[in-house]
Amino acid sequence: MHLNRVKNKKISLDDLRVNFSEIEPALTQKEAMDEANRCLYCYDAPCIQACPTGINIPSFIKKIASGNLKGSAKVIMEANPVGASCARVCPTEELCEGACVLNDASLPIMIGNLQRHATNWAIENNAQLFEAGQVNGKKVAIIGGGPAGLSSARELARLGYEVTIFEAKEKAGGLDTFGIVSFRLPQEISLWEVQQVENLGVTIHTNTKVGRDIQVEEIINNYDAVILAIGMSKVPMLGIEGEDAEGVYDAIEFVENTKTPPLDHQFVGKRIAVIGAGNTAIDAATCSVRLGAADVKMVYRRTEAEMTAYEFEYEFAKQDGVEFRWLTQPTKIIKDESGKVKALECVNMELGEPDESGRRRPVQVPNSTFTMEVDAVIKAIGQTRYTSLIEEFGLEHNWGVVKIDTETHQTSNPKVYAAGDVIFGDGQGDAMVVTAAQQGKLTAHAIHQKFIAENQVAIESR
Amino acid sequence: MADLRVNFAGIKAPNPFWLASAPPTNSGYQVQRAFEAGWGGAVWKTLGDPILNVSSRFAGTSYNGQRVAGFNNIELITDRPLEVNLKEIYETKKKYPHHAVIASLMVEPNQAAWHDIVKRVQDVGVDGFELNFGCPHGMAERGMGAASGQVPELVEKQTYWAKEVAEVPVIVKLTPNITDITATAYAAVQGGADAISMINTINSLAGVDLDSWNTIPNVAGKGAHGGYCGPAVKPIALNMVAECARNPEINVPISGMGGVSTWQDAVEFMLMGAGSIQVCTAAMHHGFSIVEDMVDGLNNYLDEKGIANLDGIVGKSVEKYSDWGNLDLNYKVVARINNDTCINCNKCHIACEDASHQCIDMLKDTSGEPILRVREEDCVGCNLCSIVCPVDGAIDMVEIPNGEPMTWNERQAAIKAPVCNS
Repeated sequence: MHLNRVKNKKISLDDLRVNFSEIEPALTQKEAMDEANRCLYCYDAPCIQACPTGINIPSFIKKIASGNLKGSAKVIMEANPVGASCARVCPTEELCEGACVLNDASLPIMIGNLQRHATNWAIENNAQLFEAGQVNGKKVAIIGGGPAGLSSARELARLGYEVTIFEAKEKAGGLDTFGIVSFRLPQEISLWEVQQVENLGVTIHTNTKVGRDIQVEEIINNYDAVILAIGMSKVPMLGIEGEDAEGVYDAIEFVENTKTPPLDHQFVGKRIAVIGAGNTAIDAATCSVRLGAADVKMVYRRTEAEMTAYEFEYEFAKQDGVEFRWLTQPTKIIKDESGKVKALECVNMELGEPDESGRRRPVQVPNSTFTMEVDAVIKAIGQTRYTSLIEEFGLEHNWGVVKIDTETHQTSNPKVYAAGDVIFGDGQGDAMVVTAAQQGKLTAHAIHQKFIAENQVAIESR
Repeated sequence: MADLRVNFAGIKAPNPFWLASAPPTNSGYQVQRAFEAGWGGAVWKTLGDPILNVSSRFAGTSYNGQRVAGFNNIELITDRPLEVNLKEIYETKKKYPHHAVIASLMVEPNQAAWHDIVKRVQDVGVDGFELNFGCPHGMAERGMGAASGQVPELVEKQTYWAKEVAEVPVIVKLTPNITDITATAYAAVQGGADAISMINTINSLAGVDLDSWNTIPNVAGKGAHGGYCGPAVKPIALNMVAECARNPEINVPISGMGGVSTWQDAVEFMLMGAGSIQVCTAAMHHGFSIVEDMVDGLNNYLDEKGIANLDGIVGKSVEKYSDWGNLDLNYKVVARINNDTCINCNKCHIACEDASHQCIDMLKDTSGEPILRVREEDCVGCNLCSIVCPVDGAIDMVEIPNGEPMTWNERQAAIKAPVCNS
């Protein structure tokens, strides 16, 4: 995101929908051409190496410059089946744009925006960029239609597999469809990516929760391979008094509610505290501002230095007028007589010795209790795991992080593969959309390699 | 402040930047605006028998988003009555007596026609004439412009006819659409030209529309070749100026033009022998105000070099321009990459690898950072890497000692010389 390109920063209290339209404008035709022509077309370009999906960035930019937008979109989507979403949500400063050689000479190329320009062309022109492969008779089930699931489905379909996705929600796309704030990623972008995958003949069973609507055993028995791409679950409990009050929200659900109309008007003029300081916490805070809240505070027990949100997200929240309360630990949610949130009781913290993550452990300052009056509390302190489903599959895991062979993406059950946030954590991977997409792709290729090898053995032993 | 005044073959002007005969000098209004903006002179759009023009006349070529890298036109000479032009020339000269007003002329190759137009135009008071033997399109189909400018005898004869009655200096403007421009330059000198100017435009077709398959520009679905100019033609023009300047038989001043867009271009033309500079495309692209930086930049350049006036630069590089056979075969430069400035785009590596002599290695330094290094023993000093390098100062072409100078001509002479077996 390029904050200097964000034009309309005014929040409308009359029409909240305006606040949720994409904040960074698309590049104009001239901006795109000027920017594309600025690309040096490096050899062995560091931006490609910095992209988790390895998009051939100089190639797609050159194609924009030459007017070959279809070819450009294809280069992007070939490497990254959710490349239109990633154009908007990737922390490009940390990835491709951070690696651009022009950082050392002038300004880096706006790679994310050019990627958005090219994929917008494909969306607007209804271009089908890929075709299904020749049917090979193998069936793969994918649990979860988020970035990892879609990515593996797209690759498998191109290789001729019969692919079925089981998606618990009413639409596929996962966090891209429901979890990323609309003003960064409009839902229709993610749904276009879903459509691209469906157009290859992939079947998506929505509103289908595995373990409830279809049994694990049935899936294992009916498919040649299974990919577990279920992501992560709700925000955990804070474990403090008053957490059951009306007006306490899970950040993921809070953001999700803004993704489907109508927008909730109950927060107009209200005071909201967001607990946590990661990227999801920022999303909850900036969504609160856009829902018309008058006062939004982020409450974090450590300091600015330890916060996990990206620098540009932090900047963005500051520009939105979000207040940051560092070294503040909530201890109690105070309810009014009707059971609604009234205030947040907190204590001040100070930093002590480093913990196992290397971050200095916050320690309570004695006798520092104070309260802040708020109308709602949003929890954004991480996500829990779908541990019970993982256990139903009988897979080895560490606290809900499914263990895999990093080469093959195979779990402890060789027929079951895993990709995306379900394998994130415990020192494994990154929780980025682009990482999930790459893992999905690699998983699909691993499955294909396995079947090719088996086929080879079968032919040779005939 | 350096003295930028010129006396070009007797034509005086406050500075060497003149508008070339072209659309910007179509009328008194335009020429007077140009003088106000700072142009030192103007060559009036070619006078002759008024013609009819077509609609849709120009086309630009873009390169990587840069507009007007080249420019193509199919407009002909003036389409205004001669009397109107003469009246405006008279008024302009009266208002700007110290600026150079030069009339470009084109008539059929006929002595009476040349005498008539020279006399009529001279009567209103011009500082000089420029005979248009260069326009490659339209007029050439009628035996004028480039058609007569490609035939040395016609150049000589028509120059002679103009000179028979001209009382002010006569410049002959040459076409580049010829194998050896020194042949027509020499003919002009033989005809008595006081000066020559070059280059006129180069035969061109700017493009073809990918959807309609029409030419660019097209006139009701049909196209015809035009004349090409603008920054893209500068190296062609510069060579032609230099070739004439170094030819001892072409001993008249040269007015240089062809792609001059900045004071730097102008200095290059002057160093290669141009005594005045003509500009068109840059003014068509940006308006008359661009002359301000041309004058200012030239002045600052001269001041910085401690040069008092233009005599200090005109022709100073001519002796350095020679034949290939006189180049030192033993001179050697090699590329050296400055890794502090290098941004690791690797363009030098791939250019050398794919298109030159495979001598730039992509390596890691002791801390594992990528670096590029030239294997100097394999480097032929072609310059390609330094040309494609996007960062100034990242690649130097360094001269290295490599034995006694020896040119190809010297080498051939040495081989042919009788060997003394003692």
